[in-house]
Amino acid sequence: MKKILEVKGLTQLYGKGCDLCFDATGPDKETNICPHCGSVVALHNLDFDLFKGEILGIMGESGSGKSTAVKCLYFDQAPYAGHAFFYDDDRQYDLFTLNPAQRRVLRNRRFGMVYQNPNLGLNFGISAGGNIAERLLMNQVSNYGDIRARARELLTRTEVLPERMDELPKNFSGGMQQRVQIAKALATRPPLLFLDEVTTGLDLSVQARILDLILEIQAELDTAMVVVTHDLGVIRLLAGRTLVMKYGRVIESGLTDQVLEDPQHAYTQKLVASAL
Amino acid sequence: MTEKPLLIAENLSKTFFLHEQNKTIPSSADVNLYVYPGKLTALIGPTGAGKSSVLKAIYRTYLASSGRLLFKTEAGDELDLVRVSEHRMLELRKSEIGFVTQFLHTLPRQKTLDVVAMPLYRQGIDKPEARARAAELLAELNIPQRLWEVPPATFSGGEKQRVNLARGLIASPRLLLLDEPTASLDAATTDRVVELIQRKKAQGVGMLAIFHHADLVERMAEEVVELKAPAAVAA
Amino acid sequence: MKQGIQFAFLDEYAKREIRRTVLKAIAIPGYQVPYSSREMPMGRGFGTGGLQLTLALVGLGDTVKVIDQGSDDSVNAVNLRKFIELTCPGVDTTTRLQEATLIQSRHRIPERPLRADQILVLQVPYPDALVIVEPSEDKRKVMHGEADYARLLVKLYEDIVKFDEITISHRYPTRINGHYIIDPSPIPRYDVPKLNDAPALMLFGAGREKKIYAVPPHTLAEPLAFDDVAFRVEDFTDEHGNRRACHLCGATDSFLDEFFDEHGDKLFQCSDSDYCTQRQEAGA
Repeated sequence: MKKILEVKGLTQLYGKGCDLCFDATGPDKETNICPHCGSVVALHNLDFDLFKGEILGIMGESGSGKSTAVKCLYFDQAPYAGHAFFYDDDRQYDLFTLNPAQRRVLRNRRFGMVYQNPNLGLNFGISAGGNIAERLLMNQVSNYGDIRARARELLTRTEVLPERMDELPKNFSGGMQQRVQIAKALATRPPLLFLDEVTTGLDLSVQARILDLILEIQAELDTAMVVVTHDLGVIRLLAGRTLVMKYGRVIESGLTDQVLEDPQHAYTQKLVASAL
Repeated sequence: MTEKPLLIAENLSKTFFLHEQNKTIPSSADVNLYVYPGKLTALIGPTGAGKSSVLKAIYRTYLASSGRLLFKTEAGDELDLVRVSEHRMLELRKSEIGFVTQFLHTLPRQKTLDVVAMPLYRQGIDKPEARARAAELLAELNIPQRLWEVPPATFSGGEKQRVNLARGLIASPRLLLLDEPTASLDAATTDRVVELIQRKKAQGVGMLAIFHHADLVERMAEEVVELKAPAAVAA
Repeated sequence: MKQGIQFAFLDEYAKREIRRTVLKAIAIPGYQVPYSSREMPMGRGFGTGGLQLTLALVGLGDTVKVIDQGSDDSVNAVNLRKFIELTCPGVDTTTRLQEATLIQSRHRIPERPLRADQILVLQVPYPDALVIVEPSEDKRKVMHGEADYARLLVKLYEDIVKFDEITISHRYPTRINGHYIIDPSPIPRYDVPKLNDAPALMLFGAGREKKIYAVPPHTLAEPLAFDDVAFRVEDFTDEHGNRRACHLCGATDSFLDEFFDEHGDKLFQCSDSDYCTQRQEAGA
């Protein structure tokens, strides 16, 4: 099994920061906010490895830092500290030392991202097909016919009716908007996909359909994924391994079925017991 | 003939600690057992003796509290499953250790045939061939053909169990864990399952099983290990 | 007290800065170089950018031609020409393209090919082709720097989806020297091919937006298109498939303006008035 991503000491802090921030925050202090300077420690010392074709779940409640981690890795934010290494065939990238042009190349070609809010992942001013075309056009595809065909193929694969390909996403249901996002994220066949609460807020039947789709695609393309969610059902269904986070720290990690059936930490036990 | 064991459990124990209630709950204590290739070891004992937890500890669904689980891999290495890395465990689950549990977890829309064929897909076997083998097994277990293209979510308990079994038996892992595989089955189907298990043994699969009926232990087990309920821990 | 006007109106510092800007623009073909655009005695939007270029570059011995939409006679062209005559004594003006060394134009490139010793100055309202897809100038700068024009190409894609063709009629985005995409000012599509591998230097001045950019001589200028949906110029064929001709000089190779005469009949006429006039003089 080959490693595709290695994250070490990933830390994110909002505010001016002080020497006491990290010790004064965390799950045992029951807070993210430093009582001395008011800075928010969103994430502290996150370490994990991800292997090719593997799905890692990051589970936690609001304020756990799970989304922050993924935003840093996708370059939506610059972290306060830490390293991340991306292994792509023979190449190795030290993510947080890359220049903007290099970051853009990885973002467009080797990573995919699906946000909880489709407004972040899609351009609502252009058609569904246009959204996918945008990703392909960033990758030097210059044949209109090819772009059309690929967009149609992707939308069909994500169960969006091809007849609706030229419509604006604002006319789609939430579930369909998410499926367009997934199609767009997969347009360049990235080996690494980030999914940030992608089914949160959707109807249960719609959620099931999307989760099914994600797994089918994962099996076909062997995409490694980081799935961020607060929903135990999603974790159980998708992830082979899981990290549980609270107040910016990882409090437990293990094989998903073990974390859900034999949770060690008090918080994890409470979470699991609270699942409906 | 002294065949080398496939799995050796040495003083395996499992204890749960519930933080909220501040309680320690012992599940199984000082379990010692052997599983040999091509043979079935049965775990017997009263309810609460921790039989299921032994299986789960081997599969890493539970973290063992103490003891060792020495497993002989395909490549000939001897690993302690209690200490092996998560990734290694995932690999082992994929190709060497199988577990037929009491519950069937499937994707909402996955068809029964695909559920059963999944372990073969994972091994890279051609879809048509995998599905054909799945069909054979389902037929042997009396799942009617009209249900094969339907997701098993709406099946009866017994039907789900048979799908679970088919999925567990379709590939040939080196070690197969079985948790009450025939619990909701009628006599005829139980006989079929017994046949299938004997066939697996003949293929060299080593098994560790919990049966709900002493009779089945008689029919299928070469080794029997009895577990006693662990002593309650003083609060 | 004798009241004198500085030659070419601008002070020497202003001229020097513009010339330096021009050199930089030539060195980085298609890159919009910012400059401190001076207040001119006409409102923004009336060609102050083009005029500043002309005034910074003109010298004794130059002959200047000024056209607006191809015509030497339009009000704006006349006013600009008069201003140049007033402030640049010793500099000739002309309507004949061959006689000019510097041509300032709004919205058209002359029909007759330019020579290596001529400079064309185009008046530009909006210098940035990306302004239609990105409102933030900071982000646009990064996009230009990284040649990230995907969103612009998506606009073309959407056009083709809706109308089966790219419907941009003027300000057609054009890639210069393989990197920067420029807005070539509101010249019609018809004129865009004239940018490619031209012997003359083409300068673009946006006074209001304070940018100057250049297409140096013999530089690659490629209008944006797809491999399978090519760039097309305006189609001047009539319903019988014949290429329309100018009703005055009979030219079938110039950009034609369409208008109605006093009887209500539709007429087609060369937009480039000098080209048309010379053809008529030659006895077409």
